[in-house]
Amino acid sequence: MNPEERHIFSVLVENRFGVLARVAGLFSGRGFNIDSLNVAETHDKSISQITLVTHGDAQIIEQIYHHLNRLIDVIEVTDLSTGTHVERELVLIKVATDNPQKRTEVLQVAEVFRGRVIDMKPASLVLEITGDEGKLKAAIDIFNVYGILELARTGKIAMLRGSDL
Amino acid sequence: MELSGAQILVDSLKREGVEYIFGVNGGAAMPIFDALYNETEIKLIPMRHEQGASHAADGYARATGDVGVALATSGPGATNLVTGIATAYMDSIPMVAITGQVFTHYIGSDAFQECDVIGVTRPICKHSYLITNCDEVADVVAEAFHIAKTGKPGPVIIDIAKDAQIHEALFQYPETVDIRSYKPQVHGDPAQIAKAAALIKEAKRPMLYAGGGVVLADASEELRQLTLKTQIPITVTLMGLGAFPETHPLAMEMPGMHGSCCANYAFTDSDLVIAIGARFDDRVTGDLSKFAPNAKKIHIDIDASCIGKNVPIDVPIVGDAKSVLTELNKQVDTADIDPWRDQIQEWKQKYPFEYEQKSDKVMPQYVIEQIYEHYSDAIVVADVGQHQMWAAQYFKFTEPRQWLNSGGLGTMGFSLPAAIGAQLGCPDKTVVNVNGDGSYIMTIQELVPAITMKLPLKIFIINNMYLGMVRQWQELFHGKRYSAVDYHDNPDFALLAQAFGATGLRVEHPEEVEPALQKAKGITDGPVVIDFIVDEEENVFPMVPAGAGLGDVIRGLS
Repeated sequence: MNPEERHIFSVLVENRFGVLARVAGLFSGRGFNIDSLNVAETHDKSISQITLVTHGDAQIIEQIYHHLNRLIDVIEVTDLSTGTHVERELVLIKVATDNPQKRTEVLQVAEVFRGRVIDMKPASLVLEITGDEGKLKAAIDIFNVYGILELARTGKIAMLRGSDL
Repeated sequence: MELSGAQILVDSLKREGVEYIFGVNGGAAMPIFDALYNETEIKLIPMRHEQGASHAADGYARATGDVGVALATSGPGATNLVTGIATAYMDSIPMVAITGQVFTHYIGSDAFQECDVIGVTRPICKHSYLITNCDEVADVVAEAFHIAKTGKPGPVIIDIAKDAQIHEALFQYPETVDIRSYKPQVHGDPAQIAKAAALIKEAKRPMLYAGGGVVLADASEELRQLTLKTQIPITVTLMGLGAFPETHPLAMEMPGMHGSCCANYAFTDSDLVIAIGARFDDRVTGDLSKFAPNAKKIHIDIDASCIGKNVPIDVPIVGDAKSVLTELNKQVDTADIDPWRDQIQEWKQKYPFEYEQKSDKVMPQYVIEQIYEHYSDAIVVADVGQHQMWAAQYFKFTEPRQWLNSGGLGTMGFSLPAAIGAQLGCPDKTVVNVNGDGSYIMTIQELVPAITMKLPLKIFIINNMYLGMVRQWQELFHGKRYSAVDYHDNPDFALLAQAFGATGLRVEHPEEVEPALQKAKGITDGPVVIDFIVDEEENVFPMVPAGAGLGDVIRGLS
């Protein structure tokens, strides 16, 4: 068995009905993995961008690349992991703050992660944190100590650095 | 003048040069069938089951190279098409399947005869469209035909809501199709082709391995040139039979599970495998770890995802077989490989396809040999099972599109409706349908349209009163526990053919085989069915057991 690698694919697709199902169906039908998936319209309304994180050995990754390209509605596939790229995820974390001292501590920790408070109630607050996977993992680990009541996460978006296309 | 969506659909199909539509009528497709009523340019062929319609469209496409068209209503009509669509998809056959859909405002409400056809067919088609607005019809038809027949061909589904069939719009057919997200690569990378030529020059034990892609690309002529110029031995897969004449001394015949020992031994010993429009299918390679272990591999394929899927490839060339072979042919010369050619000839002579004549029984292989004697120029449409393998082994195909079969999906019931499509597409050819007793009865109802149209099909049933291929596996691997394969309750197929209104003959003894085939030749005003009652427990050999390497081929039971 060859070593497994994590890859981020940026997939530009026609912004029309059923395209996501075709992409998702390709992964389920061929036994490929989806670790995270993010879909949104681009600045061109006729095009959507899918950012897809997957893993597999080199042969599987190559197959994924070719099979994505084979879908008629797929305009362009880029394997971002082959170049230097920037990536971000956004997470919303609702943390329990049932006493004032805990709230203070949570706010201090949030500061460390450059988190923003976007809602506050007597017994809880909601933080917004962006970053790469490692940073978000560290944040989640530490807020777990205080008690995470709820968590929502976007999945990764990414692009190549500079003028690389 | 504004036309109904259904009329725009029919006019668009005319613009695509469609000759025949194979269909079964039903509620959600009625406006389309109505537009086809009294239509003279396109002939509507009513089939008796939607599966028959999709196989007939497929058979037409395989025989002619043009896009086949099937038409059905929503819900069950559409789901009945599914087996035929999947069959076409696995063998990359250009087809457009049109299904009626319930009114747009009913979609998603579990309406009568509603089914999410786009959802059901997503993994078994090249592309699909749902039309809810009659303005879209012409553009969608143009795109669908373009996609179906270019690149790696395949079936495209057009699901059209009933209101889009009824509402009216102006008919404007696009002159050209340009899909920004779909640009198939036709020409191979010159550097890769040069690399391939260099490998061919160095090889001491090279072999050509050609598949159905050669037929689909109409590249048989280029393949012949390559083979004759280099004098490299060639094996052609089940899907490609006829792409190179099997009567030629360089032909090693088909490889794989029931292929020739020569082709399988050649793979095992070869130092260079040149794959052209073939996909290293498991039925060809056997155990991958033992497949062509000493060979470098060149793979020419239009579909990049096919290259390196099963077997690592040294020189991948993405492109159309015709274009790539044309370039490659300019760069190759006669290969200096006499010892290897001698070895191939030795295997060929030592291990031909052979069988034992058992007493007074009709041997199925003998029937195929006799069919070849009498119908060597015919288009042979086989079904799936033992008879298919015997036909592939004992009939010597010399021309592309002479051999039609469901190789990828292995769909029983394919052949009779496919033969109808082939006969309509090639009215001047004799069409022989080699069928099995199990597969024949799966789509026997299509005898009706064949009789109605007076198609002179030669339907030859290799009847061993078993689901023979499964019985063979049960004999060899399941201790002869013949679970659900005993077909001794088959009806008398000759009498049944007569009841349908066709000529029906029954053959039980070897000496009756030839006269029956002769007689069938003379029947030209409709189908003739010959029920050949053959040796019941004859097996297909050679055989590479599932999971074994090609070198471990069982030559026969002795």
